[in-house]
Parts: sequence; C-alpha cells; structure tokens
Amino acid sequence: MSGEIADPRHEDRSGGKGDPPGHGEGGPAPKQVTVAFGFWIFLLSDIIMFSGLFASYAVLAPNTAGGPAGSELFELRLVFVETLCLLFSSFTCGVMSIMAVKQRAGATYLWAGLTALLGLSFLAIELYELTHLVLEGAGPTRSAFLSALFTLVGAHGLHVAAGLAWLTVMMGQVATLGFTDAVQRRLLCFGLYWHALDIIWVALFTVVYLYGVMG
Amino acid sequence: MSEQKGDRHLDHAPGGHKEGAARFSTYAAGLGLALLLTVASFALVGSGAVWAPAIPILLAVLAVAQMGVHLVFFLHITSGPENTNNTLALAFGVMIVVLTVGGTLWIMAHLDHNMMPMAAMAKP
Repeated sequence: MSGEIADPRHEDRSGGKGDPPGHGEGGPAPKQVTVAFGFWIFLLSDIIMFSGLFASYAVLAPNTAGGPAGSELFELRLVFVETLCLLFSSFTCGVMSIMAVKQRAGATYLWAGLTALLGLSFLAIELYELTHLVLEGAGPTRSAFLSALFTLVGAHGLHVAAGLAWLTVMMGQVATLGFTDAVQRRLLCFGLYWHALDIIWVALFTVVYLYGVMG
Repeated sequence: MSEQKGDRHLDHAPGGHKEGAARFSTYAAGLGLALLLTVASFALVGSGAVWAPAIPILLAVLAVAQMGVHLVFFLHITSGPENTNNTLALAFGVMIVVLTVGGTLWIMAHLDHNMMPMAAMAKP
C-alpha cells in the first residue's frame, strides 16, 4: 500500500507518534492559537446573537402600523457609501495586521489610523441616517418595523463603536508596551472582530436595505 | 502548511498568518472580489435589468458569496487540516444561525397564517 497517507486528515494530530497534543512531547498548542480560537468561538456566539435580531427584524418588517415602510425611508446611496467605508476599513485592518506581524510601528499606526477614520465615517453616516429618521417622525417608537430596525442597526453600530475604542486602546498598547506576544495576540483578535463586523454588515445591508427598498 | 521539524502543532489560529501566509495581495484580492459583489448587489436593485422575482434570490446568493470571500481572504478560514477546529466551529455557528432564523420565520409565518383576521377579532 505504498503512497497511501496514513493519517490524511491529521485526526491523530501527533505526527504519527500516538501522543495527542496537550500531552507528552508535543505539549499544548501555542497560546496564540488557543486565544484566537477562543475569540473565534466568542465571535460565532456574537453572530448567533445577531441572528436573533435578524430573525425578529424579518418577522416584524411588514408591521409598519400605518407608518412609513422601508421603501419610503431608505436612501441606498448613503448605504452604499457606508458599505464602502466598512469594506475598505476591513482591508486597511488586514494591512495593519501584516504590519504588526512585521513589527513596524509607524506603518501599524498609519493603517490603524486609516481603519479608524473609515470606521468613524461609517458611524457618522449611520448616526446621520438614524437621527434623520427620528426627526422625520420615524423613530423606534413609531412601529414594530422601526423598533426592530433601530435595534438591529443600532446593535451593529454599537459593535463598530466598541471596535474603534478597542483599536485606540491597542495603539496605546503598541506605543507603551511595544509588539509583545500579548499585544500581538490582542491585535490578532481585534482583526478577527473587525472582519466579523463586516460580515454581519453584508447580511445587514442585503436583508434590511436592499430587500427593504424593493418593498 | 509544511510540517516543520519540532513543530507538531498543526492548528492555525483563525485570522492568523504564519510564515507570511497572508500577504498584501491576499487582502487586495479579497477587497477586489468583495467590491465586485457589493457593486453587483446594489446595481441589481437599482436597474430593471433582471426579472424582478429573481432579484431576492440573486441578492441572497451574492451576499453569501461575499461572506465567503470575507471568510477566506480576510479571516483566512480554509478547508485545510490545520483549520479543522475553526471550520467545525464555524459550521456549528452556521447551523445555529440557520435554525434560529429559519425556525423563527417558519413558526411566525405559521402563527400569522392561523391567526384570525383583525376585522373578525374586532367584532363583538
């Protein structure tokens, strides 16, 4: 049976020596891997929380209680610009993480700054849009549809705001602590968080805005 | 990932790039693909080029494709053995999301269908 791989999927995961990782010679997985995996689990549970908000929005969206529907309220141009801001910030965040791995502080600050700027632009447009809705008399108290809309969009916006605060703290840590292992792990987790927010936004602009304007 | 001497840890951190696996070009390619899909989604709604009843399905396909692009190019989730843990966790998450959203829509549509019309309820 030459040519056959003994353990093609690495189910044994001990390099064929019979010791599972975490025991014996191999030792446990590096901290960077376990920390990032734990954070990945958190992100997935965060996405599950959002799925609840999406489900309630989808159920409540037709219940406008005689008030305005999405097709009368949404401005797709603004949403498109918001989407571009978040997408480009995901890209700049990725470049930032490359620079952080290379331990180039100046470049890390530059790309982190760009990420923050794009994130702030996204938040500014979102706040403008939501205050505009409230001033038009389409606030969250107007109908079940608008309650669900403000909850869903607001929850995502809060996550972006928290991400911006986190990014600021991380740049402070890079400045004071330097690129230690702990700072690197936190930067890796921040990158995961920021990219996950962009994934949620893809679902959000499709379900809320694009389906919304079609009525 | 090539197995190194003395390094028997095959697991990858999600989003992690070891040995320069994630390069500028990876993110640039992801950005390009995501831009393409985003523009396609928005253009689809604005134009009347596509048969209207097909648009919601097409939008869903484009959104799922874009999430896939983000996962692969930004979060570096692959189908490789070093990513088994990450992929399995993701699959479980997707299952819960599908159950939550699909189950809610199903149950609520059923209740809505069985509910007495508002006009009939208002009668004495």
